Amino acid sequence: MKLGRRTFLQIAGATGTAALASIPSRSLAAPDVHAAGADESSVLVDTTKCIGCRGCEAACAEANKLPDPPSDEKAFAGTRTTGPECFTVVNPTPKGDGSTRFVKRQCMHCVEPACASACPVRALDKQATGPVSYDGSKCMGCRYCMVACPFSVPKYQYDRAIPLVRKCTFCAGRQAEGKQPACVGVCPSGALAYGTRGQLVEEARRRVYGNPDRYLPHIYGEHEAGGTNWMYISDLSFATLGFEVAVNDNSYPRLVRGALGVPPVVMTLWPPLLMGLWAFSHRDGKNKPHGTDHEAGKADGGNHG
Amino acid sequence: MASVVTAPGQQGSWVQERIFLGKTFPEYLRSLWTPFNVICAAILAVGIPMLVYRFAAGLGATTNLSQTQPWGLWIGFDMMTGIALAAGGFTIGATVEIFGLDEYHPIERPAILTGFLGYMMAVIGLMADLGKPWNMVGIFSNNGTQSVLFEVAWCVACYTTVLFLEFSVPLFEWLGWERFHRPLKKALLGLTVLSVMFSTMHQSALGSLFIIAPGKLHPLWYSSQIFLFFFISAVIAGICMVIVESTLSHRLFSEQFEGHHVDVDKLTLGLAKAGAVVMFAYFFLKMQGVIDNHALGLIGVGFYGKWFLLEMLGFVLLPSLMFAWGARNRHVTVVRVAAILGVSGIVLNRLTVSLIAYNYNQPVRYWPSWMEISVSLALVVIGVLAFRWIVNRMPVLRPMKSQAGGH
Repeated sequence: MKLGRRTFLQIAGATGTAALASIPSRSLAAPDVHAAGADESSVLVDTTKCIGCRGCEAACAEANKLPDPPSDEKAFAGTRTTGPECFTVVNPTPKGDGSTRFVKRQCMHCVEPACASACPVRALDKQATGPVSYDGSKCMGCRYCMVACPFSVPKYQYDRAIPLVRKCTFCAGRQAEGKQPACVGVCPSGALAYGTRGQLVEEARRRVYGNPDRYLPHIYGEHEAGGTNWMYISDLSFATLGFEVAVNDNSYPRLVRGALGVPPVVMTLWPPLLMGLWAFSHRDGKNKPHGTDHEAGKADGGNHG
Repeated sequence: MASVVTAPGQQGSWVQERIFLGKTFPEYLRSLWTPFNVICAAILAVGIPMLVYRFAAGLGATTNLSQTQPWGLWIGFDMMTGIALAAGGFTIGATVEIFGLDEYHPIERPAILTGFLGYMMAVIGLMADLGKPWNMVGIFSNNGTQSVLFEVAWCVACYTTVLFLEFSVPLFEWLGWERFHRPLKKALLGLTVLSVMFSTMHQSALGSLFIIAPGKLHPLWYSSQIFLFFFISAVIAGICMVIVESTLSHRLFSEQFEGHHVDVDKLTLGLAKAGAVVMFAYFFLKMQGVIDNHALGLIGVGFYGKWFLLEMLGFVLLPSLMFAWGARNRHVTVVRVAAILGVSGIVLNRLTVSLIAYNYNQPVRYWPSWMEISVSLALVVIGVLAFRWIVNRMPVLRPMKSQAGGH
């Protein structure tokens, strides 16, 4: 039989798919890191353009039915974090020249999210369109997502008897209707750009390399945690802005892959190995059945164990 | 301790014989009035209402957990530590059933019972910790296969079932249910193979849970090979716990051993040999893990560097050498002290990984609330009382008394 190129590719594809399917640690089709999530919806935050109006906070609260955000006076008194009833915050950082940089924080919506990979019931899941979504009806409240997230994003309703994990939804519902996320829609300064990840990585590079005086050559989120759908460019270092700079550049779910390779080996190897050891230790009737201590005189029928 | 053995009444019912230890009900109640029981009752009187209160009021009202510290005492102690200390069940099970070291048979059943009760208490602690425990069924239907917790949950569920089936052998002997007892006894080898398999997976996976949090666990304990350390230290925990537990059992339940002599000292020395080797290997594997993680320079530096030294020298290397010396010189007391050190070392290690060295770089530290502590204490007490209740009745430490008659 002549093996045409087409047939060859089909066979190669089928074999490859089978090989991939047998890797237990990945259930989603996560593409290669460099092209990761190129078609997924994403946001590029240009911190040099943010004016700190906090319109995004108000729009987020409205879209997600959260309490109104605090006044500027309270909000800018210190550094805030997101919370179970507050999915996004804008924090000020003084710049050397007396001006202030503002940074909007929310869930980064990783291309390969640690939280979703950690969730044993898949209440947290990565949508093919980009958002890392949460289904409270599946959540059992183990809070492993909070352990796993390198950005400490998922927040828990500790004050409720029946609690949920809460975080930015990336307005998945609005996006499905073809609308922009609420925060992007209200941003008056152009600090938030919405598009596909592929486009936005290009746009970020264009801005950074085109204006070397204005930006530091670092796109936060291009590689962090294996790539995120929310990316940032800035003229202040991300450490100064309070970002998690110790975050690995590799995808977090991949860290666990080696450990998750153990069960299939154990499940296939242990039973025959242990039975072999049993057979070895009981050869030539070396060990008599231990019927006598516990059987209280009952006949054991010579059957050990 | 209910040690008064009254002459069993001729017409004594099955219940009186098997449940009230041959006493009448008022006699039995009176025999419960001991200082030990009073202390236990006091702990339960605080802990159990707190467990109920937790479900009524939520985790925020009962625990000191926070947005940065999602796991506290109930995971760190009840789950992480409890499961490790319950590893004696599979360790001794394998020794007897698979490796054929039959002289350890007398301590197999107590080890399995300790394991079963340990897992039950860990599962109850976990229920208290979960926000919506009823959604746990989703583990079996939602295919969260990328999660280490998925593996832990499946294996703990399967292994607890296996432990129950193993324990049901003495249970059915006690109940006199021949029909169930016989097939289960035949299945014991298969159950032991399963117990080793599931234990290998979840004991190691409890460590793997932290692989996804490299920035949060201190580099002296973080390792991509942490699953190896957790598995090997679980074997250590199993060996040490069996030594401690068999020593205590043979002191506290001495009346159980009348007319049936078990040379606990000899078994203890044998276990010490195994313990010495495994702990020695564990010590060097851990050091290799530290080197692999480029954290060698952190040893001895600051609180965590010293804490690590304390754990590795005082609770791994020292007991390992004590085991070796004790086994060689037939010094049982040294071995028992080493086993207590070994058990403390495992407790220390699990608490360190899940609580002390976790979030080492956070400004605000977690300390459990008194309510969390009371629930954890109550679960330990329930386990101890259940162990005592069972060994006083069922053929765990001793063969079934052939007072058979009724059955």
